[in-house]
Amino acid sequence: MTDLSTTYLGLNLKNPLVASASPVSKSIDKARKLEEAGVSAIVMYSLFEEQIIHESLELDHYLTRGTDSFAEAMTYLPDGGMYSVGPEKYLNQVNGLKKALSIPVIGSLNGVSKGGWTSYAKQIQDAGADALELNLYYIPTDPDLTAQELENAQVELVAQVKSVITIPLAVKLSPFITALPNFARRVVEAGANGLVLFNRFYQPDFDLEELEIVHNLDLSTSAELRLPLRWISILYGKVSADFALTSGVHTANDVLKSMMAGAKVAMMASNLLHNGEQVIPSMLNELGWWMESHEYESIKQMQGSMSQKSVKEPAAFERANYMKVLNSFKDMR
Amino acid sequence: MKRPVVTIDGNEATASVAHRLSEVIAIYPITPSSAMGEFADEWTSKGKKNLWGTVPAVIEMQSEGGAAGAVHGALQTGALTTTFTASQGLLLMIPNMYKIAGELTSTVFHVAARSLAAQGLSIFGDHQDVMAVRQTGWALLGSASVQEAHDFAAIAQTSTLKSRIPFIHFFDGFRTSHEVAKIFQITDEELRSLLDEDLVRAHRARGLTPEHPVLRGTAQNPDVYFQARETVNPFYAATPAIVQEMMDAFAKVTGRHYNLFDYVGHPDAERVVVIMGSGADTADATVNYLVEKGEKVGVLKVRLYRPFSVDYFIKSLPLSVKSLVVLDRTKEPGSMGEPLYMDIVNALVEGQRSKVKVIGGRYGLSSKEFTPAMVKASLDELKKPEPKNHFTVGINDDVSHTSIDVDNSFSIEHAETVRCVFFGLGSDGTVGANKNSIKIIGEETENFAQGYFVYDSKKSGQMTISHLRFGPKVIQAPYLIEANQANFVACHQFNFLERYDILKYAKEGAVFLLNSMSDKNEVWDTLQSEVQSAIIEKKLKFYVINGYEVAEQTGMGQRVNTIMQTAFFAISGVLPRDQAIEEIKHAIEKTYGKRGEAVVKKNFEAVDATIANLYEVKVPAAVSSKMTRRPSVPNEAPDFVRNVLGPMISFDGDNLPVSAMPIDGTYPLGTTQWEKRNLALEIPVWEESLCIQCGKCVMVCPHAVIRHKVYDEKLLTGAPETFKHMPSKFKEFSTGMAYTLQVAPEDCTGCTLCVEVCPVKDKSAVGRKAINMAPQPALREAEAKNWDFFMNIPDLDRKLFNPSTIKNSQLLRPLFEFSGACAGCGETPYVKLVSQLFGDRSVIANATGCSSIYGGNLPTTPWAVDAKGRGPAWSNSLFEDNAEFGLGMRLTIDKQQEYAFELVKLFEKELSVELVNTLVNANQSDEAGIQAQRERVVELKDKLSKSSDSRAKDLISLADNLVKKSVWIIGGDGWAYDIGYGGLDHVMASGRNVNILVLDTEVYSNTGGQASKSTPRAAVAKFATAGKGMPKKDLGLIAMSYGYVYVAKIAMGANDQQTLRALIEAESYDGPSLVIAYSPCIAHGYDLSKSLEQAKLAVLSGHWPMYRYDPRLIEEGKNPLVIESKEPSIPISQYAYNETRYKMLTQIDEARAEELMKEAQQDAKSRWTLYQQMASMHYGNGNATEEKKS
Repeated sequence: MTDLSTTYLGLNLKNPLVASASPVSKSIDKARKLEEAGVSAIVMYSLFEEQIIHESLELDHYLTRGTDSFAEAMTYLPDGGMYSVGPEKYLNQVNGLKKALSIPVIGSLNGVSKGGWTSYAKQIQDAGADALELNLYYIPTDPDLTAQELENAQVELVAQVKSVITIPLAVKLSPFITALPNFARRVVEAGANGLVLFNRFYQPDFDLEELEIVHNLDLSTSAELRLPLRWISILYGKVSADFALTSGVHTANDVLKSMMAGAKVAMMASNLLHNGEQVIPSMLNELGWWMESHEYESIKQMQGSMSQKSVKEPAAFERANYMKVLNSFKDMR
Repeated sequence: MKRPVVTIDGNEATASVAHRLSEVIAIYPITPSSAMGEFADEWTSKGKKNLWGTVPAVIEMQSEGGAAGAVHGALQTGALTTTFTASQGLLLMIPNMYKIAGELTSTVFHVAARSLAAQGLSIFGDHQDVMAVRQTGWALLGSASVQEAHDFAAIAQTSTLKSRIPFIHFFDGFRTSHEVAKIFQITDEELRSLLDEDLVRAHRARGLTPEHPVLRGTAQNPDVYFQARETVNPFYAATPAIVQEMMDAFAKVTGRHYNLFDYVGHPDAERVVVIMGSGADTADATVNYLVEKGEKVGVLKVRLYRPFSVDYFIKSLPLSVKSLVVLDRTKEPGSMGEPLYMDIVNALVEGQRSKVKVIGGRYGLSSKEFTPAMVKASLDELKKPEPKNHFTVGINDDVSHTSIDVDNSFSIEHAETVRCVFFGLGSDGTVGANKNSIKIIGEETENFAQGYFVYDSKKSGQMTISHLRFGPKVIQAPYLIEANQANFVACHQFNFLERYDILKYAKEGAVFLLNSMSDKNEVWDTLQSEVQSAIIEKKLKFYVINGYEVAEQTGMGQRVNTIMQTAFFAISGVLPRDQAIEEIKHAIEKTYGKRGEAVVKKNFEAVDATIANLYEVKVPAAVSSKMTRRPSVPNEAPDFVRNVLGPMISFDGDNLPVSAMPIDGTYPLGTTQWEKRNLALEIPVWEESLCIQCGKCVMVCPHAVIRHKVYDEKLLTGAPETFKHMPSKFKEFSTGMAYTLQVAPEDCTGCTLCVEVCPVKDKSAVGRKAINMAPQPALREAEAKNWDFFMNIPDLDRKLFNPSTIKNSQLLRPLFEFSGACAGCGETPYVKLVSQLFGDRSVIANATGCSSIYGGNLPTTPWAVDAKGRGPAWSNSLFEDNAEFGLGMRLTIDKQQEYAFELVKLFEKELSVELVNTLVNANQSDEAGIQAQRERVVELKDKLSKSSDSRAKDLISLADNLVKKSVWIIGGDGWAYDIGYGGLDHVMASGRNVNILVLDTEVYSNTGGQASKSTPRAAVAKFATAGKGMPKKDLGLIAMSYGYVYVAKIAMGANDQQTLRALIEAESYDGPSLVIAYSPCIAHGYDLSKSLEQAKLAVLSGHWPMYRYDPRLIEEGKNPLVIESKEPSIPISQYAYNETRYKMLTQIDEARAEELMKEAQQDAKSRWTLYQQMASMHYGNGNATEEKKS
């Protein structure tokens, strides 16, 4: 029988299919269904420090606005309760998921302040998370901010978070890094046990009628697999970390490709959001069937098998598409 | 034992006892008592238990009448029951109060005593309301301070249980209800030791139960009613002694001793003042001061006013007393004297002390200041050989000459008491910070402390004045800090200096703290000469801080509260600086901690940044400024505005004499135009190259500060240089016509709704619209000139265009302008639109509420007149009777019109047959018809002017009613859905031609956001702190059930054209019309500049379906209901969770929020389905079956 098991961040997983960070983990019931359907671990939705700050300031603003200004109405809203505006809700969810599930639960964190990153990381650990994924989501818009400054800050942040937690740490990277291998290595040296490729940024769209910017949730397709596939292939063996591939995992074939590139796990969100947990058993069956039919004994056997260091023509990963076209043309001549 | 100390206001002090001693509490909001109900509701929703370990049941009723009924029922079934109220609210309880007293029922009503609406409404404090129930058979127990309000709440309860006489426990509205003071708290153990549990059980045992049934509430006949009425006498006779017994018992437990009449003063006093309420505290302190100076004076503080005990009164009065001055905080026109005075006169006679001379005086109506100088003046009056009786003190009565002279330089302020006055803006958080400061001082130091806060009458851009006292001596000063008495004066908004005399409060050598953008070296040159002069002459220590900058840097925005509070502690030396900072931070954590770390952090940063930015200014020796304070109104304003309203605007109304006041509460219109408030930091600027002249910005502006006009381009002659214009794009007015969109720069509140609604975007930079915000100061002067020029351009003749399009409707002049409503108010655009469409021929009945306050709160009036002097005639009667009030207006108009028509026909000879016929048969369905009729009326008056026939004179006096009038009944949902619903229903049922506009904010906005029956399910509101569990009442559906009421549900932000159409249709319908208008409100908790978008979401989600139900269509065989919104296409949550009122429930109780939201979703679905079915019903000539068959 084929062995689907893998390890990720030191966690023993029954198969390489992990539920990526998505709103699915906001519901314990849904998470339980994912587990029952067969995912081997679950990455929680992100705790956004910015959102916590925003919600707290927003609540304060609207509870305060207009108060103590008019003799008849000292306030406009009752202000009696204890508000769940801090990380408590998230931490309770970590705790709830841990109690409800037997598969590992990986927390996810996106901070904005140094204090926030470390304090929330510690709190997620204390709430019971088996590992933590740092979601380095940052859109640089300031022309004065250099790549070096930004990378240094992020590396330092990883080190700081690592220094306060004992659970394994993964870092979810942006694809928009000029020298990704170097940055990946620095992140790992700073303490990351794993790298998650890539963070998928939702891109704003334009409404041509209203001339407004619109934000639509645009789910991934298998076509998006190629970017992380390439980079995991390149990084595998050069940077000693566990890789997780996320973005574009929709089919068993996508999982297989991820493994062959060198990933320890393939993470899936869009497909789950779109089709629900019922896609998981068939994917796992298909995975097993493919491995059986292609005589693979285990997942571990294939991990990194098509990485840059393992393939016949490593340069294939380095060429840009047009170069490849030119070469083909030359070859033909 | 060290007694627990708290620093709270009178409402909280009272409610904290009432909640602990009750099982059932029925509440209804009314200023200034609302907070007691709010506390009770909040504590119950948090599970706070009463003395017996169970959580009291709190229910909001639809009116005070309803609350009294519910209380009566709860009492009759044996529960310990209470309520809280004031003013007209108490009056609405009177019928039940007679019943409750007649049935000898133990209960306490806690009343924050308030003025009654007479020539005008007032929310402030006096004893008119409690005096109006003195005949009901209730005991009246009055407390004079926050401590007493706390204590007497308990004494009243123990007394009522023993005496079986119901008690009104009252204290002065605002002065006591809103004063924050350090008091000793009664513990649960103390309360328990005061209560006789047997009496509680006896009360319960008297309750109605089928287990041992009785009947109570018989109808009695001439044979026995009288005798039965006399049965209660022994109970009244026993009550004074019972109350004294309870006061003595209270003293044993708490150490605070009270008497029915507390005498303070010289043991051999000759002159004594008799007084109750907070004024008694002032009199107490003043008398002590005067006795120390050797005067033989005293004060008799009346605690138990009913039942009035002659015995106790006589015993309390020193035998040495030769004369009394009795001060009443009420007015009873036409009586021989005010009630307390009359009672004292009587008591002296009955008590064999009739040789004591008595005079009576009135003071302190509507929270008018009552100071030690006034106490002294009253006592001094007794020294005169012929003292004035029935005098007034505290005002200048130059009409009836009742007032006595007061030496305002007399002060008894203790040298060890520190007095501080802070001027802030409502939105800058000054009051909140000062409440915190006074708590810090009260609870963290040995000092006694007091805080009282004064607000102006506007809902936007309000000025607040905080009066803080603290020191080692007990503070008995229920009056504002007087001129030249403050040790510390702070001005938190620099621009106040140009309008108000702030430094008049400062005593010599006081500290002056100013928030200014200028640094310590530059600030002096920015001050007006009056300010410089005061600083020099009073030798003030002058500090400056750029609180604006610190606030900006630390993310505090406009809220300079924490910064100025820190600066105050840093300079004042109340506490060592480090300790003060620690305490401020502690207070910040306590106040804001539950809102999240970020809020605390932001405030901490502001505290830390303050000290480094605080500087003492070196004061030059001489005044150098050429600037002077601005007059409150421009010199060109009419006399009445300059001489009467002007002083009110500049907080100097107290000095206006009686003769300055209109005798019957009648005020001129259009006076807000003179009160230039300059609130907006940024104002809209017109970009004519992009403008399409759609008029949407004009329509949406809540304050009528953006207007557009189409005019003959020749009128541009003499226009100011910066006056903008472009060719008119109106199809009716194209050739030779110019168009201008103009902003009133000094009246704008900066709400930005105009920019939000502008549909035009610059193709090269979509962020730029045809109207954009820009900083006001640079534009102010030029745009003010442009505005004046613009306003002098004549309005277009109304008959030249049809107002059924948005752009055309906005050519009509708003006759409602520059109100004091909140910036971004969602009500006023509708009110303004009504004024534009029908204002020149409308009479308006306005329910009490936000719209009556921004519409009719002095000093100035937003209702205005057109160039011909016509405009809406507006009046506010009460909260509960507005529909009936408006109906009465309709009845007059209809009756007088009918009579006028009857008379017209008698004068065919004088007027000509043709004129009579056209007058009688005039088609007034449009503007041309109305104008023609107006011209005929002029002709009629002219032709009959010389007639000596009395019927002709009658006709002239009635002839204006021959022109069509439009009656509008306007109010909020608190009125329409709750307190006024019975009347509203009756008026709709009457079939008369009235137009009812409900400004539906889904909450009692004016009293601070209490739930009404319009509040939607899942929303949090006061009195529904756990989220409203029941759905919003469907008022429109109820109205539609009549079949002959025009009903429309509108939302201007979602569909302005539908709003316009509905209002025009409603007015044109010759019958009752009900228009329910979606009105975004500050109480919803979101940025009101986004209210247009939010209105769309409300409609899209099905929360606010829009429709028109026109009964005229039934006659045409059509379905009268036209639904004008689409099937809900987004979930309710997508609309709701943009608003804090919904969202906060997810943060308080997520599971309940989810459940209620699910139900709210179902509500929307069910409503939509029902409407759909109604709208698809067949109305074929009233016989659907027949139609189908054919």
